[in-house]
Amino acid sequence: MARPALRRSVFWRQFRKNQLAVCGGAVVLVMTLAALFASALAPYDPGAYDVTQILMPPGLAHWLGTDQIGRDVLSRMLYGARISMAVGFVSVGIAVGVGTLIGTVAAYYGGRVDEVLMRFVDLMLNFPRLFLLLTLIALLRPSIWVIMAVIGLTGWMGLARLVRGEILSLKEREFVLSARALGARDPRIMFHHILPNALVPVLVSATLGVAGAILAESGLSFLGLGVQPPTPSWGNILIEGKANIEIAWWLSVFPGLAILVTVLAYNLLGEGLRDALDPRLRQ
Amino acid sequence: MLAYLIRRLLISIPLLLGILVLSFVMLKLAPGEPGVIQQDLQARATGAQRETLRQLYGLDKPIYVQFGRWLWRVVRLDFGRSYSPDGRAALDKIAERIPITLGLNVLELLIIFSVAVPLGILSATRQYSAFDKSMTLFVFVGFATPDFWLALLLMILFGVQLGWLPMSGLRSLNFEYLDFWAQVWDVLSHLILPVLVASFGGLAYLSRLMRGSLLEVVRQDYIRTARAKGLPEGDVIYKHAVRNAVIPVVTLLGMMLPGLLGGSVFIETVFAIPGMGQLFVQSAFSRDEPVLMALIVIGASLSLLGNILADISYGLVDPRIRVSGREAR
Repeated sequence: MARPALRRSVFWRQFRKNQLAVCGGAVVLVMTLAALFASALAPYDPGAYDVTQILMPPGLAHWLGTDQIGRDVLSRMLYGARISMAVGFVSVGIAVGVGTLIGTVAAYYGGRVDEVLMRFVDLMLNFPRLFLLLTLIALLRPSIWVIMAVIGLTGWMGLARLVRGEILSLKEREFVLSARALGARDPRIMFHHILPNALVPVLVSATLGVAGAILAESGLSFLGLGVQPPTPSWGNILIEGKANIEIAWWLSVFPGLAILVTVLAYNLLGEGLRDALDPRLRQ
Repeated sequence: MLAYLIRRLLISIPLLLGILVLSFVMLKLAPGEPGVIQQDLQARATGAQRETLRQLYGLDKPIYVQFGRWLWRVVRLDFGRSYSPDGRAALDKIAERIPITLGLNVLELLIIFSVAVPLGILSATRQYSAFDKSMTLFVFVGFATPDFWLALLLMILFGVQLGWLPMSGLRSLNFEYLDFWAQVWDVLSHLILPVLVASFGGLAYLSRLMRGSLLEVVRQDYIRTARAKGLPEGDVIYKHAVRNAVIPVVTLLGMMLPGLLGGSVFIETVFAIPGMGQLFVQSAFSRDEPVLMALIVIGASLSLLGNILADISYGLVDPRIRVSGREAR
């Protein structure tokens, strides 16, 4: 804990050794940049249709082809990346917030509070997550904010368990006992002394959570209950792919490939972070 | 064993009650009151008429009374009538679909288990070999592949390009005119793609788990003892190690049921299979609250049942659990 600079360099050395994780990180970076600069990178307006260019296979004019009303698939996918990244980050932010809060409170107060909160976690885990998502979205009507909220609010349980376990092991350590002996209050001990030390597993879990949230969003959009057309999302481009499955393979292949690559990249990055940050896994 | 069983069932009662409370909260969260919304569309309805409707649906009562009434109906499995034009009882609509979805799920579980365990054993006994590494790659790709996309790809390959397998439904249009074996093949050929797609992710997950579990077991003292007394390696692995390594995998099999049930939503939508998942999406679109509520209560209860069965099977394969219970986690 003493020398942060040293710790950081150890982390980098460990992380760089893991080539798959570095690749994952690079893909995440490229995807994030592509999403940020979608308007500059996209060769066409994602909403502009061209009836003379309907269902064109990939070629020089349209690298990834066009859809059934002649919109450029590459441009739509670049804008779709925005949706995926935004939903990924915001919903994981919500999940981390709720999960950390519940896990911390449960672990720190223990006893009855812990019992009630953990039973609630068990309860939430018993619902098939997709059923929960579909019901909430059906009742609240789909919009991007509702989607972010419900993905976040149905995805915090693992984090809560993780944080709770982490804190239970931390709260009897000497540095926490000494802070208490010095008269620090509960919130200060919790947020100042304990939580920062539990951050590593939370960070890893959040990285993996982004992957899960991107999958969830694309799935909901694919069912038609996620991001609503004409706003492009990787999931709802795939609906068009299914409708034209017999004549236009590119509508099905490319958006799915984008989801696969992005999710894989976040998973590899998360695993790499875990290995590099967790000294217990290091020899 | 009986005491263990009873204790396990008692623990799940509060969970079941929690499922019901949470479902009711969701129903009440929704903006607009059911029934009254329909009435709002009729501009000529007077305030008095609306009030009559509210009384009819019990919406004028305090929330706990409403919950009590709802609970009493749900306990008797009365979920009300579907809002869709057929107006059938929600439970009937679901009941005819449960066997299809559960049948598929059980089939998937069996396939996942019988393929993932050997794969896990092979990777663990050949740790860091080319096979193990390619399995690791498969696991990562399996985690990241959206099942609806995999379904589309396989449909393009086997349905459109090769034309080997049907792409939707459970049977062909000419089913009734086929002889018996042709009927069997017809159903099987319709099942191949959906079951393959639905098993893919679980297969990756469970084979990884089996690998990890076996790698941990082979480091135990009793395995060293078995080797030290000169048992052939095959006996050490298959008679001593695998039996112990498979225990945690069995429990997780039961816990995969919520995921598989959720996955049915995609599989049944893509392949047009008339199961619970397809009904769920249709009801979500038409905001058919009675059916949605029934589906979520039944879906969560089925998951709970899966967990209980997993715990019981855990108790059956591992005598230590029966004695001490699982409370000491």
